[in-house]
Amino acid sequence: MAYWLPIIYVGIMGLALLIYVVLDGYDLGVGMLLPLADEAEKDMMIASIGPFWDANETWIVLGVGVLLIAFPLAHGVILTSLYVPATLMLMGLILRGVAFDLRVKAGDQHKSLWNRAFFVGSLTAAIAQGWMLGAYVSGLRGDTTSLIFSALIGLTLPALYLVLACGWLMMKAEGSLLTKSIAWARGAILPMGLGLLLVSIATPLVSNEIADKWFSFPNALYMAPIPLLSAACYAGIVMLLRDDNGIYRGRGWRLFAATVAICVLATLGLAYSIFPDVIIGQMSIWQAAASVKSLTFTLVGVVLTVPVILVYTVIVYRVFHGKATALSYE
Amino acid sequence: MDLDPLLLARIQFAANISFHILFPAISIGLGWLLLFFRLRFTVTGDQAWEYAYYFWVKIFALTFAMGVVSGITMSFQFGTNWPGFMERAGNVAGPLLGYEVLTAFFLEASFLGIMLFGKQRVSNRMHLLSAFLVAFGTTLSAFWILSLNSWMHTPTGYRIEDGVVMVESWLAVIFNPSFPYRFIHMLLASLLTCAFLVAGVSAWRALQNVDGPATWKVMKTGVFLAAVLAPLQIFVGDLHGLNTLAHQPAKIAAMEAIWETDAGAPFTVFALPDEAARRNHYAVEIPYAASLILTHKTDGVVQGLNAFAGEHPPVAMVFWSFRVMLAVGGLMLLVSWWGTWQLRGRHTANKPLLRALSLMTFSGWVAVLAGWYVTEIGRQPWIIDGVLRVSDVVADHPGNTVAATLAGYLLLYAFLLVAYIGALRNLSRKPAASLRLIPVTSAASANREA
Repeated sequence: MAYWLPIIYVGIMGLALLIYVVLDGYDLGVGMLLPLADEAEKDMMIASIGPFWDANETWIVLGVGVLLIAFPLAHGVILTSLYVPATLMLMGLILRGVAFDLRVKAGDQHKSLWNRAFFVGSLTAAIAQGWMLGAYVSGLRGDTTSLIFSALIGLTLPALYLVLACGWLMMKAEGSLLTKSIAWARGAILPMGLGLLLVSIATPLVSNEIADKWFSFPNALYMAPIPLLSAACYAGIVMLLRDDNGIYRGRGWRLFAATVAICVLATLGLAYSIFPDVIIGQMSIWQAAASVKSLTFTLVGVVLTVPVILVYTVIVYRVFHGKATALSYE
Repeated sequence: MDLDPLLLARIQFAANISFHILFPAISIGLGWLLLFFRLRFTVTGDQAWEYAYYFWVKIFALTFAMGVVSGITMSFQFGTNWPGFMERAGNVAGPLLGYEVLTAFFLEASFLGIMLFGKQRVSNRMHLLSAFLVAFGTTLSAFWILSLNSWMHTPTGYRIEDGVVMVESWLAVIFNPSFPYRFIHMLLASLLTCAFLVAGVSAWRALQNVDGPATWKVMKTGVFLAAVLAPLQIFVGDLHGLNTLAHQPAKIAAMEAIWETDAGAPFTVFALPDEAARRNHYAVEIPYAASLILTHKTDGVVQGLNAFAGEHPPVAMVFWSFRVMLAVGGLMLLVSWWGTWQLRGRHTANKPLLRALSLMTFSGWVAVLAGWYVTEIGRQPWIIDGVLRVSDVVADHPGNTVAATLAGYLLLYAFLLVAYIGALRNLSRKPAASLRLIPVTSAASANREA
């Protein structure tokens, strides 16, 4: 049990953070796109994420929660090192979370202020998350190389969120907003691809531990499908974006699906790079783990509730399936 | 300038938790009120109840969003500011916080979407179920959080191994000695906060002449609920006090500013406690009353602060917070009974009552904050009573960093509080939708529509 429990938990944590990146990713992306739309489109964009954003954001609480439950020693070290970007992310999430509600409830004269707050909050949170991821992957060192690396991911993750958001809007929007989301996707796809490519090249350069894992035979062979499949997904997105008619006829979901696939592949690659450490080169998951009794107690809850959560998440998404309709609180 | 990181970290945590608690204090109770409105609509088919529901669900959503975002901040701050707490007590705190997220948080966040935007998309039955699940979720959240908080006051069911807390019995941890009292006290506090919030906003609407049938139904719901709950809360609060006396006598001594152990201790109505001189200035006392309240005997012995030299909480803060809570509680009792007497069987009230109710709109917040200050400051210098000190768990960030983020949080929170109350005011100023009321004859037709 002492061997398997930390592995199970690190898996759950990875799953929660992956779901978070995909789900909150698209709604953060919608927030970042907001200034590019006109008033009516802004309302429709917000309407498209209205029923979902609360639950989307909960996945990061679960991710950090699992870190706290299962690896209390690492939790303190990681979050203390990431104090500043974590605080900035929190302020961003606070701002956008309340701006979402207040833009319609605070009165018309304040609406543009809250629209801006929603944009600023979304952008801040996305950059801070990228920064945190970069600092984490480079081993929480804080030297110049890792700062540059953090900055690189700090720009790549928002680009990924933008592409996710465009995919989301292609499923949810009609008319001028759909047309715009195609144009936005064309603008965001290259920065995202370039960012991901640079990150893939830079990761083994900043971390010897990761380089050793990827560039030894036969591991390199087993792991080759990850970059190859990612490239294929990317090519698929580029092709889809050349086919406006296909998107108008309802193929927009493929952009979203392909981007999600890239997220899944990147997560697998990352998991392989880091495992079995919880802080690269410093602490393994077994060293950081909480007591077996505590882990077992929570595991009962995890096994019973996570499937239920996934089921009702699907139900809620099905209830609000299809093109977004005007958001009315009446 | 030399900034004390511990003090700053404590102020930052206090600011965060003070801001955060304002919103759960509303959403826990309001969730059940919304379910009540929806049920009344379903049973009576009276559309006024549906209007009441949609008016207050908007405020619920705003409140919930404020609670979620400030709650996420709390969960991160354990790691960023208090890593020692998780390292030493993670075996207890982690699973309890985890169960909150798993069983409650997702439930609320997922089904709130249906409550808000599901009108055209789900049946009334599904809508009712969602309202129930959200209300149940908020309460379950409170259950786990208060279980952990109570355990930090009255820890049981654990042993210490190499400085780390290990769980011996989960039942003893979750249902620790102060938990039932704290949980019920908080649920009642939340319901009372909501009762005065809905009654206060409705009274304000009546004063502004933007009220409709729904406004009065809501006002009466709030006032009647408060009239029943206020005395119940005083009773539960007394039980909670007795429990605290048994487990945390230092806190009681600070609440009553009793410096020396005394048989037949007086209750101090007013005083300026002086820690340096270890006595009270300008004290107004009721003889034997503290002993009577705490031990239910006039000559009962009450331990004084002298029994906890150097280990007791700051007295003045705890003493005054406690008195503010009592005063607001007493006011709630008076106003709700006055209101019940006036509103019984009628849809009108005189101006003084309406003014009193609208002045009391946020009275619940004052009482809840004061109550939490009593209990949390009253635990100092411990983070886990008798087990772990606050000074042992703080992160060693430079004072300047903590001061900068503290300033950021304070600005943001002040701005958001103004925005929240502004939005409430803005929503409340619109003429009641229920004035456009179309009579609905039966519940069956309402169900068909929904």
